[in-house]
Amino acid sequence: MKHIYLDNAATTPMAPEVIATMTDQMQNDFGNASSTHYFGQQAHRVLDESRHTLAQNIHAKKDDEIIFTSGATESNNTVIMQTAKKRQSLGKHIITTAIEHHSVMKPLEYLETQGFRVTYLPVDENGLISLDDFQEALDDETILVAIMMGNNEVGSHMPIHEIGEILKDHQAWFLTDATQAFGELEIDVQKDHIDFLSASAHKINGPKGIGILYVRDGLYLDSFIRGGEQEKKRRAGTENIPEIAGFAKAVTLLTPEKKAAERDRFAGFKRQIVDGLRANGIDFEVNGSLAPDTLGHVFNLWIKGISTYVLQMNLDLAGFAISGGSACTAGDLEPSHVLIAMYGQDSPRIKESIRISFGTYTTSDDIDQFVAALTKIVQRIQAKQQREKETV
Amino acid sequence: MMVIDVKDNSQTRVVVGMSGGVDSSVTALLLKQQGYDVVGVFMKNWDDTDDNGVCTATEDYEDVAKVAAKIGIPYYSVNFEKEYWDRVFTYFLDEYKAGRTPNPDVICNKEIKFKAFLDYAMDLDADYIAMGHYAQLRYDQDGVAHLLRGADKNKDQTYFLSSLSQWQLQKAMFPIGGMQKPEVRKIAEEAGLATAHKKDSTGVCFIGERNFKQFLGEYLPAQPGKMMTVDGEIKGQHDGLMYYTIGQRSGLGIGGNGTSNEPWFVVGKDLSKNILYVGQGFHNDLLYSDRLDASGMSWLAPNTHGTDFHATAKFRYRQADIGVTVHLLDDGKANIVFDEPVRAITPGQAVVLYDGEECLGGGTIDAAYKNSQVKALQYV
Repeated sequence: MKHIYLDNAATTPMAPEVIATMTDQMQNDFGNASSTHYFGQQAHRVLDESRHTLAQNIHAKKDDEIIFTSGATESNNTVIMQTAKKRQSLGKHIITTAIEHHSVMKPLEYLETQGFRVTYLPVDENGLISLDDFQEALDDETILVAIMMGNNEVGSHMPIHEIGEILKDHQAWFLTDATQAFGELEIDVQKDHIDFLSASAHKINGPKGIGILYVRDGLYLDSFIRGGEQEKKRRAGTENIPEIAGFAKAVTLLTPEKKAAERDRFAGFKRQIVDGLRANGIDFEVNGSLAPDTLGHVFNLWIKGISTYVLQMNLDLAGFAISGGSACTAGDLEPSHVLIAMYGQDSPRIKESIRISFGTYTTSDDIDQFVAALTKIVQRIQAKQQREKETV
Repeated sequence: MMVIDVKDNSQTRVVVGMSGGVDSSVTALLLKQQGYDVVGVFMKNWDDTDDNGVCTATEDYEDVAKVAAKIGIPYYSVNFEKEYWDRVFTYFLDEYKAGRTPNPDVICNKEIKFKAFLDYAMDLDADYIAMGHYAQLRYDQDGVAHLLRGADKNKDQTYFLSSLSQWQLQKAMFPIGGMQKPEVRKIAEEAGLATAHKKDSTGVCFIGERNFKQFLGEYLPAQPGKMMTVDGEIKGQHDGLMYYTIGQRSGLGIGGNGTSNEPWFVVGKDLSKNILYVGQGFHNDLLYSDRLDASGMSWLAPNTHGTDFHATAKFRYRQADIGVTVHLLDDGKANIVFDEPVRAITPGQAVVLYDGEECLGGGTIDAAYKNSQVKALQYV
């Protein structure tokens, strides 16, 4: 059976060019970038070039503002935990949103148990915070604001520039988790007054286990991981050169033109799904907004009357990989905190929604097949539900 | 000519309830070998975490993942915590509150594995569900499914399946029912399944290895009271009637003495007076009865035995059959007379009827009698 991958917000397949770069790297330059001999210098060159590529991509002022980490989870944890530690004398208040990724939520929940005050800004049905709420929450004790650039479940695009403007004259540091937005949006950390930014390579056809933390020049956080003096003492551990090279390669493939073209293509996929399901008489609604400035690759649908479980598993058995939410320990699906924040605990959407996410290798034909498969599943289950109603 | 609609095995989807144990692992393996379209599903029915905050179901689910990968089938997990709580656990607590000793596994099969899970499997377009139970199915010429004891007499689980309906049976497959447990383990071992040497789970699923008394105490208020003989001699305190079951020896905290030097056993409960009655000797006369009242009688296949017939019966799991004469009454009630006196008949447990190898069905024990009198002490 052919399996079609529509879960690119979870992770993406690696680009062949990335694989080639990494393979070459592993075969030829195995050195430790901290070594002073020939082999170390070869590795160091790759490290420097890759750092430059990443810095350019987000319009950083200096290459050194990029720290390589194991991924956005580590980057987010580093900023949140180390800022709390370093700045608690200035205040113990942190602002975030109700729909952040768990790598932001969980450290903040921990800090709450340590006497920090955290404001979780509510979101509207489009998955957006209000700037009024934000300004109201901001006070003299606020030391950090952590607001994602684009949401991983519904694709909402937060007003990062406006937040940056408000914060530029405030003591609070500004962290944005750009993991989902990184492959689609043009990022300018200077224009948006961003202090810290996190991203992971595997969301943009790069390898898993590598990410960046952008730290604005002049700010300093103690290394979260103690050890060697790599990354200017800001992140210990031997630099993962093959992955760093692969990350940089993935970034170079994402030119501004390519990003814009992909956004158009993804918007087309959304229309194709909406039109297809409508034509087939499927009762559904879009979770979040279809507005042009949302993330193109993330699409969340409420399929009325059918549980997420049943949809996700049936689609998988039919060969379509989509997401029904994050899996917790026993493979059990946790209700989405994002949909709860948007629609309330009691909304049927919480238990009847699926996320479809597109990527570089998604084709219009994949989408046609997906619409046909979803239609068939929904119609079969509705027929079963109808039979049950009649026999009761 | 009779046309039988036979689907090719590869077109027949079977959803296997995989617990992470060896029996359900081999169940899935055998079906896969027979060419069925097999899907493994783990049921999470109870939310419990260990000392490190890790869900105790995780380890079992990891085993399901390993086995499914080895066999080459897709696997998922489904959460029936709410259904289990509403339909099984609430019943379990209510029965204990009423001073009875319920059998949650019988209800779990009826309400969860062969109802909620079956319904869910139907949503996955399943033709059948399969379980790793030691029980066998045979279809007669009219297409009626009959439930037969598992070939391994030590493992036979028809007792727990006794309250299923014909429709539920028709949707079920028990691929290991014709095997002996050692054979099952051997197959798992030869196939390199991760669960080949895994210990069988014991006891009620949600309690696991924990102290039962402590577990129950977390959900029901215990009311300590007097422990005495039927002649009124006080022997001490009990910790709460719900903690004791008829015929139980351990945990009474009384040594020999009395009229003989024999150990003491629970012989009865009086819920209204909160008294636990104890008597000496395993074969204490007070523990024996010769007939019982049951309710909620149900049949796996349509009952062809009439309203009065002879059969054999089990009054608890893994007990040898006893000959009985069944008299069916109105409203699903029955009066069941034993061929010989039976020890420790316990209200709340299932009485399950057999005709030779076939399990006919059963009901719930409400009260037991001796010499045509209600033994009111024992049977609350």
